[in-house]
Amino acid sequence: MSRSDMSALPDAVFRSRPALGLPLLVSEISVLFRRRRTWAMLASLALIPVLIALAVRLTSSRPPSGRGPAFLDQVSQNGLFVSFVGLLVSVPLFLPLTVGVVAGDTIAGEASAGTLRYLLIAPAGRTRLLIVKYLATAVFCVAATLAVAIAGALIGVALFPIGPVTLLSGDSIAVGDSIVRSLLIAAYITVSLLGLSAIGLFISTMTDVPVGAMATTIVLSVVSQVLDSLPQLDWLHPWLFSHYWLGFADLLRQPISWDSFGSNALLQSGYIVVFGALAFGRFTTKDILS
Amino acid sequence: MTSLASEFAIRTEGLTKRFGSQLAVNGVDLRVPSGAVFGFLGPNGSGKTTTIRLLLGLASATSGEIELLGRRMPDDLAAVLPEVGALVEGPGFYPYLSGAANLYRLDAADGHATSVTRSARVQTALERVGLSHAAGKKVKAYSLGMKQRLGIANALLIPRRLLVLDEPTNGLDPQGTREVRSLIRLLAGEGTTIFVSSHLLAEIEQICTDAAVMSVGRLVAQGTLSELRGVGGARVRLESPDRNAAITVFTRFGMTVAEPGPDGTELLASFGTLEPAPDTVVAALVEAHVRVFSFTVERPSLEQRFVDLTGEGFDVAQ
Repeated sequence: MSRSDMSALPDAVFRSRPALGLPLLVSEISVLFRRRRTWAMLASLALIPVLIALAVRLTSSRPPSGRGPAFLDQVSQNGLFVSFVGLLVSVPLFLPLTVGVVAGDTIAGEASAGTLRYLLIAPAGRTRLLIVKYLATAVFCVAATLAVAIAGALIGVALFPIGPVTLLSGDSIAVGDSIVRSLLIAAYITVSLLGLSAIGLFISTMTDVPVGAMATTIVLSVVSQVLDSLPQLDWLHPWLFSHYWLGFADLLRQPISWDSFGSNALLQSGYIVVFGALAFGRFTTKDILS
Repeated sequence: MTSLASEFAIRTEGLTKRFGSQLAVNGVDLRVPSGAVFGFLGPNGSGKTTTIRLLLGLASATSGEIELLGRRMPDDLAAVLPEVGALVEGPGFYPYLSGAANLYRLDAADGHATSVTRSARVQTALERVGLSHAAGKKVKAYSLGMKQRLGIANALLIPRRLLVLDEPTNGLDPQGTREVRSLIRLLAGEGTTIFVSSHLLAEIEQICTDAAVMSVGRLVAQGTLSELRGVGGARVRLESPDRNAAITVFTRFGMTVAEPGPDGTELLASFGTLEPAPDTVVAALVEAHVRVFSFTVERPSLEQRFVDLTGEGFDVAQ
């Protein structure tokens, strides 16, 4: 088809009514998951429960209760606990690390590749692009958490016996119910990471150097956890985005205590609103000179 | 507004952009007629790319107004930009995606572009720039010239009313440059207004109908190509031993005589407001018994005009 043929075609062949941005979101997610880097990070995350399970399997003596990460002593009794231990170990550093990379790369990565200007003159719309970027980061949070949970479940099933799970409250739940609990914990951790994602998105709008935005986001997640551990700053703790990160043990009680889930969700939405607004304010007025 | 829409594809009024204390663009009044192939000239650092960024809403102007296709920018950005294809400061692509996948991505970013014909449009655009064979290759394996072509393909995904091409032949080999030139002619023939920035004058001279010259953030000249060439005026180079007699004749035609040549036999005279036909001048010289060894009418090349307007040498004016 030559250009002259194209000119003769009705406009509808090329243009439709403006879409809400769904095609852009689909494209964003597919670009994210077509990067080798994304899969490398997911594979590294999946490796964490695998290494834990292998370590437990290969040591003959049962780890003493009360030492090492919580639930570690339960792993050799019940493979379903590998997921819990894996998630618990990943929350403070490994998950924020990968989320920091993805969130920090959102805008700064496009700017440094020179693709940001082409997206904007397409025109993608600055607000739409920002929302799509955030949603794709949220999808990565789900994928990252599930990578740990699913790899943990699989290696647990492969190496250890499976049976009813004894909860923190002392009650026992069936295997099926424990899978539901695992998914709830994965959901809890995903929500925990959404505030950090918003912070990363905002930082990413401030620079054309993706590595800088990534490092800043990751450092902030560490700083928040350090502050959270200082008793002198008690008053600050409920406002730190990492405050409820390890609070998902409440989901392992019978009946489930939703308190920390609710507080966590509220806190994270606060961070999303504040840093989303900052990112919006910054990005919609920014001169794109990259 | 509507009358302007048909008259000018791009119109700016006192467009100014300040970075800190530096005026990158200083009171620019651009007039790009609809349907023109408009050359946007200027040395490196004269504010061409910044102007283009302002036109496309990538950066906001410190002051001044912009109208693109008869609509105000950046207010009507969402309505205007789907009709504008652009290549800004070199191509920018995802190195880990194939050429075709990159075009899919950018097409999906345009909420107006329909997904139904996306793959056909991507294919056509790649064909037009001669990249069909490399469509599936990752962009990191592309040469600079191939990336440049891919950038042009991106601008052609949808028929546009206006194409803004910033240094479109940068990094292309001579064949590629020729292809881009003929592509521009073809598109212009279909009625697309084309705004090409370049520091390569030969390129502009070959394809453009109109041009503007930037220097240190200011627009120093603008008009049709013949207007731009003509501003400096044509001049006559005469070789003759009869200096004084020749000067008398030239003065009669209202021409002013510049410096004599080194050996005293060469004379340079520039035409006044009236440009007499060269043959009448020669006839008058012969009549006055001036021995004419050679007589040449010289018109300043666009390059000469460009250098006159923007200064010579590598010093980037500040």
